[in-house]
Amino acid sequence: MSVLVDTDTRVVVQGITGGEGKFHTAQMMEYGTNVVAGAVPGRGGQDVEGVPVYDTVHEAAREEDANASVVFVPPAFAADALFEALDSPVDLVVAITEGVPQQDMARVYRRLGETDTHLIGPNCPGLITPGVAKLGILPGNIFAEGNVGLVSRSGTLTYQVVDNLTKRGIGQTTAVGIGGDPIIGTDFVDALELFERDSETDAVVMCGEIGGEDEEEAAAFIGEHMDTPVAGFIAGRTAPPGKRMGHAGAIVSGSGTGTAESKIAALNDAGVPVGDTPNEVADHVEGFL
Amino acid sequence: MKKAFRYRDGRTGGVEGRSGNTNSGSAEVRTQPSMKLHEYQAKGVFADAGIPVPDSVLASTVEEAVEAAEDIGFPVVIKAQVQVGGRGKAGGIEIVEDGESAREAAEAILGMDLKGLHVDRVLVEAAVDFTNELYVGVTMDRGEGKPVAMVSTRGGVNIEEVAAEEPGAIVREHVDAAFGLHPYQARKAVFDAGVDQDVAIDTASILTQLYELWAERDATEIEVNPLMVTADGEVIAADAVMNIDEDALFRQPELEAMEEEAAGDELEAKANEYGFDYVRLSGNTGIIGNGAGLVMTTLDLVDYYGGAPANFLDIGGGAKAERVTNALDMVFSDENVDSVVFNIFGGITRGDEVAKGINEALERFEEIPKPVVVRLAGTNAEEGMEILNTDLVTVEKTLEDAVQRAVSYAEGANQ
Repeated sequence: MSVLVDTDTRVVVQGITGGEGKFHTAQMMEYGTNVVAGAVPGRGGQDVEGVPVYDTVHEAAREEDANASVVFVPPAFAADALFEALDSPVDLVVAITEGVPQQDMARVYRRLGETDTHLIGPNCPGLITPGVAKLGILPGNIFAEGNVGLVSRSGTLTYQVVDNLTKRGIGQTTAVGIGGDPIIGTDFVDALELFERDSETDAVVMCGEIGGEDEEEAAAFIGEHMDTPVAGFIAGRTAPPGKRMGHAGAIVSGSGTGTAESKIAALNDAGVPVGDTPNEVADHVEGFL
Repeated sequence: MKKAFRYRDGRTGGVEGRSGNTNSGSAEVRTQPSMKLHEYQAKGVFADAGIPVPDSVLASTVEEAVEAAEDIGFPVVIKAQVQVGGRGKAGGIEIVEDGESAREAAEAILGMDLKGLHVDRVLVEAAVDFTNELYVGVTMDRGEGKPVAMVSTRGGVNIEEVAAEEPGAIVREHVDAAFGLHPYQARKAVFDAGVDQDVAIDTASILTQLYELWAERDATEIEVNPLMVTADGEVIAADAVMNIDEDALFRQPELEAMEEEAAGDELEAKANEYGFDYVRLSGNTGIIGNGAGLVMTTLDLVDYYGGAPANFLDIGGGAKAERVTNALDMVFSDENVDSVVFNIFGGITRGDEVAKGINEALERFEEIPKPVVVRLAGTNAEEGMEILNTDLVTVEKTLEDAVQRAVSYAEGANQ
């Protein structure tokens, strides 16, 4: 078992004819992902990497039974692509696109609330169920099959932590990169809930970073609702207040909330050990198993 | 789950030297990277949208300022146009009653150094004879994923303090992004806030206009503090804060044209030119990496192992040789830097390309200016490690080892 992605996942790639879309379609297929279709308006009838392209997501779902979408559509058109995916039969949408305007995402988020679709991202690396499939741009070779779930706001930090786990022989059920934007679909709590319900997941790693209050909310959720042990990592302990470091989410307010300290304290209060280094996170996980 | 809403710090307003466009960037929470308009620019946008603002003229010389003051008619307020909070307290805002004092104020403010920023323009504006000061604003509530409109009768003061001490004094109305702010919602917020009935309808209509502006112009934040109520029962925006979503500038060409060179650190300006996310810090271990979370983690580890990070530099995904060269140039040109740790975990970014870039950048030097420790992992990392010229760099296999090595080099440089 795993969360969100399994052997029944049939992927349509929105924006498959673009550079990124094409490259990562090949990468996903090489990993074993069942990419069944592409969707690009006006390109129906073509094929990319042997995958048939349709003009609409609905058509891809109808003709190829696609039930998940990965979105590589450029920012200006991303919201429209997401609305299309949310209106289609696919029940998982992974938005890789970086730089989607905030107001567009507010409208997408509003629509998302009316559907049962899981949206991951935007501005995220996607998700992977090792040995089964990856939807997104994560480097497959660092992951291994196993029983640890992972959820993270940051792409490369996810890779780092996974690498520390895999090198010790600790594999993963599913790793989900939820993205660092202010408005995202699946958040920590949603992902933690999925892992809690997954019988194969015996421990969870949660990688957060400074800014916002999502980690504090996750801590409250873990304290109240989770039996599966969780280990944490928070990036940005040394970030000076008021400086924005990359992600929109990674901003420390001067007012004492959203800081690494407040997040670590909230997690510790919920019984979650927080590693000082990515390797220490792996120590904690090893201790759980 | 409901969360308390917060404000940026130092929001003040008013003609008695309390006004301040607090676009300072400090304590900025829950916003996307945004472009901050100057007060005069925001007021121009307001005026075009039919939102009442005082008569004003932008001046860049003392003569222009005096002339503008006389045209507008006294009393006028002379306001430094720099994006920093607390302009009034810092002496950047003066209210003047005649030409002589206008000249003195303009002479004092133009050319002054206001919290590290050079003042080269002032806004000369009609002083508003007010009886009351309100606060109105529109922003994105990230936790809710919804826009929120806000009203308070406690305008003209630091609204963040009001929010902290008396949260009930600010009425928040969440907006359904599909429909926008309904006029009834604006009225409800205004009446619930306790705005006088005489001016409530006008205030609500300004709030509706501000929301529309916020939505149409891809703002992340609009605030008016104070929104002044005059003795004649008029409502007028005496200050204006408007920040625009940088990710949406592609469809806001008029606003994009207002973007100015950010004043500030020379290296940070250079980073902007190269397209890096860069923040200069005070330590001596330089840091280059890919992905904000991983670069922050590298900073944290430098600190954890007893060193001091000199900077945050994210070269982004898919970094090619030229970007790598630029990144090394930047970090080398920071005189505080004694050693550099280069940490790449490739997903999109390929280790072999990074390695080529590092070799290229370093082969230009007769002597490597500062020791460089490289750690490559992920996509094509092994190819990259083979390519790296170990005469020029130290290669470490793990993040922890790489950071410790760089920290020890930095320490060694100071002995």
